[in-house]
Amino acid sequence: MKCCLVKWIIASTAPQGPDDISESELEMATVRHQPEGLDQLQTQTKFTRKELQSLYRGFKNECPSGLVDEETFKMIYSQFFPQGDATTYAHFLFNAFDTDRSGSIRFEDFVIGLSVLLRGSVNEKLRWAFNLYDINKDGYITKEEMLAIMTSIYDMMGRYTTPSVKDDAPFEHVEKFFQKMDKNRDGVVTFDEFIETCQKDDNIMSSMQLFENVI
Amino acid sequence: MAAGVAAWLPFARAAAIGWMPVANCPMPVAPRDHSKRQDELIILNVSGRRFQTWRTTLDRYPDTLLGSSEKEFFYNEEAKEYFFDRDPEAFRSVLNFYRTGKLHYPRAECIQAYDEELSFFGIIPEIIGDCCYEEYKDRKRENAERLQDDQEDKKDFKPPNMTFRETIWRAFENPHTSTMALVFYYVTGFFIAISVLTNVVETVPCGSTSQKDISCGQRYTVAFFCMDTACVMIFTVEYLLRLFAAPSRYLFMRSVMSIIDVVAIFPYYIGLVMTDNEDVSGAFVTLRVFRVFRIFKFSRHSQGLRILGYTLKSCASELGFLLFSLTMAIIIFATVMFYAEKGSSSTKFTSIPASFWYTIVTMTTLGYGDMVPKTIAGKIFGSICSLSGVLVIALPVPVIVSNFSRIYHQNQRADKRRAQKVQKARLARIRIAKKGSSNAYLQTKRNGLLNELLDLTASEEEQQHLNKTKSLLESQHHHLLHCLEKTTGHDFVDEQLFEQNCLEGALQPYRSRTPSTSSLEGMTGTCCSRRTKRSVPLPIANAPASHAHPLALTHTLPKSPGLQELSAINIQCAEKQIHSSSRSNLNMQTNEVDRRNCKQQKVTTAIISIQTANTGSPAEDGGHGLPNRGASVVTTTSSNIIKVSAL
Repeated sequence: MKCCLVKWIIASTAPQGPDDISESELEMATVRHQPEGLDQLQTQTKFTRKELQSLYRGFKNECPSGLVDEETFKMIYSQFFPQGDATTYAHFLFNAFDTDRSGSIRFEDFVIGLSVLLRGSVNEKLRWAFNLYDINKDGYITKEEMLAIMTSIYDMMGRYTTPSVKDDAPFEHVEKFFQKMDKNRDGVVTFDEFIETCQKDDNIMSSMQLFENVI
Repeated sequence: MAAGVAAWLPFARAAAIGWMPVANCPMPVAPRDHSKRQDELIILNVSGRRFQTWRTTLDRYPDTLLGSSEKEFFYNEEAKEYFFDRDPEAFRSVLNFYRTGKLHYPRAECIQAYDEELSFFGIIPEIIGDCCYEEYKDRKRENAERLQDDQEDKKDFKPPNMTFRETIWRAFENPHTSTMALVFYYVTGFFIAISVLTNVVETVPCGSTSQKDISCGQRYTVAFFCMDTACVMIFTVEYLLRLFAAPSRYLFMRSVMSIIDVVAIFPYYIGLVMTDNEDVSGAFVTLRVFRVFRIFKFSRHSQGLRILGYTLKSCASELGFLLFSLTMAIIIFATVMFYAEKGSSSTKFTSIPASFWYTIVTMTTLGYGDMVPKTIAGKIFGSICSLSGVLVIALPVPVIVSNFSRIYHQNQRADKRRAQKVQKARLARIRIAKKGSSNAYLQTKRNGLLNELLDLTASEEEQQHLNKTKSLLESQHHHLLHCLEKTTGHDFVDEQLFEQNCLEGALQPYRSRTPSTSSLEGMTGTCCSRRTKRSVPLPIANAPASHAHPLALTHTLPKSPGLQELSAINIQCAEKQIHSSSRSNLNMQTNEVDRRNCKQQKVTTAIISIQTANTGSPAEDGGHGLPNRGASVVTTTSSNIIKVSAL
């Protein structure tokens, strides 16, 4: 009984013990994923064997478990944009790569996405971009979706820019975009309108070829 | 940029295609990969050490990396071997697992590194053999505690927008957060000490009147009463404030510290209420004993006390064992002594409970001597009693001591980690490293544009001077950031400069003048105007430090396209402050430029005026002499100062 009294008196003055850690130890099961074989990936993508090998090594180094979850993805992507906040855009990118909505990117998703971006035809690339902007994947880009994307891109710039990013800068940018793309003025951009407008714009067409030699 | 993340750079660049359709300006040219496609295969094995084993050995565990087809990704065809860029020391235990079926944890290995290796090779740590599992678990626990401490340290920063109530609570819980809290902390500590002291001194006899000694408390009743009142006032205020600020009042009232607080101040109020009734005052005197609980309030102030309390709590089972065995022994020996001494006359061992006192005093080796056995049997049993007492008490004590020592050292380590210097230095280093990457980009921008200039002037020495070799990775990363700038139509800028620009009110008149022109070109005012600028055969040095110039550009272009341009020199003060630079029209007054200079300047901005005859005029320069050339392009060697001029 005396020990109970002692316990009771000391109860709240003591700091939390390490007992709480034991629960987390129970959840030690690691989730792992192995990608499909090299040959299968070669057929599915337009990369050569060597390219796939080097891609996988990089991928596996960063994510030994073979799966990239959204948090890791955001962290990796944010490292490239130290001045701004890249997490929102990384979220959209993540959804664009995670085609089966499994909540994590496997190596196959990664490599198939890259194949489209780096080795695909211009139309395929445009389709990929359209897919990125179309957040709910319903085939239409609405102003709200575009505004979300645009805000996230502007967020990556951060605070220290010249000229300063005004609060309505993304909104204006979206307005310009819709003026250009939305031919029938119905408030949404469909894939055909998108493709049509992009094909007429030289800037966009030339910039699509920009990253051919990335790998 | 971290080396590992470099592997993701191609991905980030590819993903930049997502910006292309929304960008309004053309993208910059990508840096060319001059080196032929490098095979990243370095012919090493596990970092150079070659291990050999049978394939069937590896196939024993097909759900791991080495046992499955996943290792084909690491195959090096030329050398006909598999290359893993991992630690060869840790790899030893991984390979031994395949060979013997048992996974061992090498003690010399850092727990995190080992975990990463296991995770890479697809082996779950649960299968560590029994021989090494305890050690592994202990190390893991220590690591987790360390991480927890780090997490708590991060929480130390103050979240913005705290309500008044939250601020007070936080001030109470962490006194070192604000000066007021610290002051209050020390004041309450002082008053606790005063209160305990007065309680003690109250009972000291000082002086005597008539027959008996009078205690100080009775002699100076008023003084002690005032002191007591003051202390109780403070304690009450403190208690009420805590009650007000507590996030969960119910929980707070149930907590031990608050109960101690209440118990400490209650007797005073009861004393106020009570009259000088004889019967009740007896109980009242007993209540005064509770005033001594005020000393427990010190536990908020003393970490050692808390550790002691925590130790006792964590050693509860040992303490319980100690008490239980002592009780057993006391009863046994008391009984024996009683019956042994029963025979002797005028013995003090009148009953068994009376013998308890003797037994306790003997077992704890106190030996007051007020009860002593007289018979021989009694003496024999008495000596056995004292010997066994020593043993029984000595056994659980080291366990308690070691527990205390472990917890105490843990706390010491945590305190050391929390030590301001270490944290600050570390955070500063991290911040510098992070800034380094963005600053590298800004630095490159300036250098890049200077390079453009120099290309035209064909000044060999200076070209080489500026041509810092940049790794391909860096140039690709900078290209990516450049694309982002073009997409949004804004430029990255240095933090100091940004703040400086914000402070300058001089921009307001410019802004008001240019909305018409900028709205014409929309958001692309900046970059597209630069594009049209290129059509004018004057290359312009664009020191990125100013945001005045794009506006100035749009301002000048429609008005006077044919005029040459002045460029002001962007000079940093000796204190490393960047002056704003502006590209201003000849029409612009120099005083407008001067207005933008920073107040503590030691070097004036120099303006090079350029006549159409393309003869350079000497620039006025406070600090440095500029060579008088046709193409007055000057760069300085010191990194603090950058001068840029246009042709």
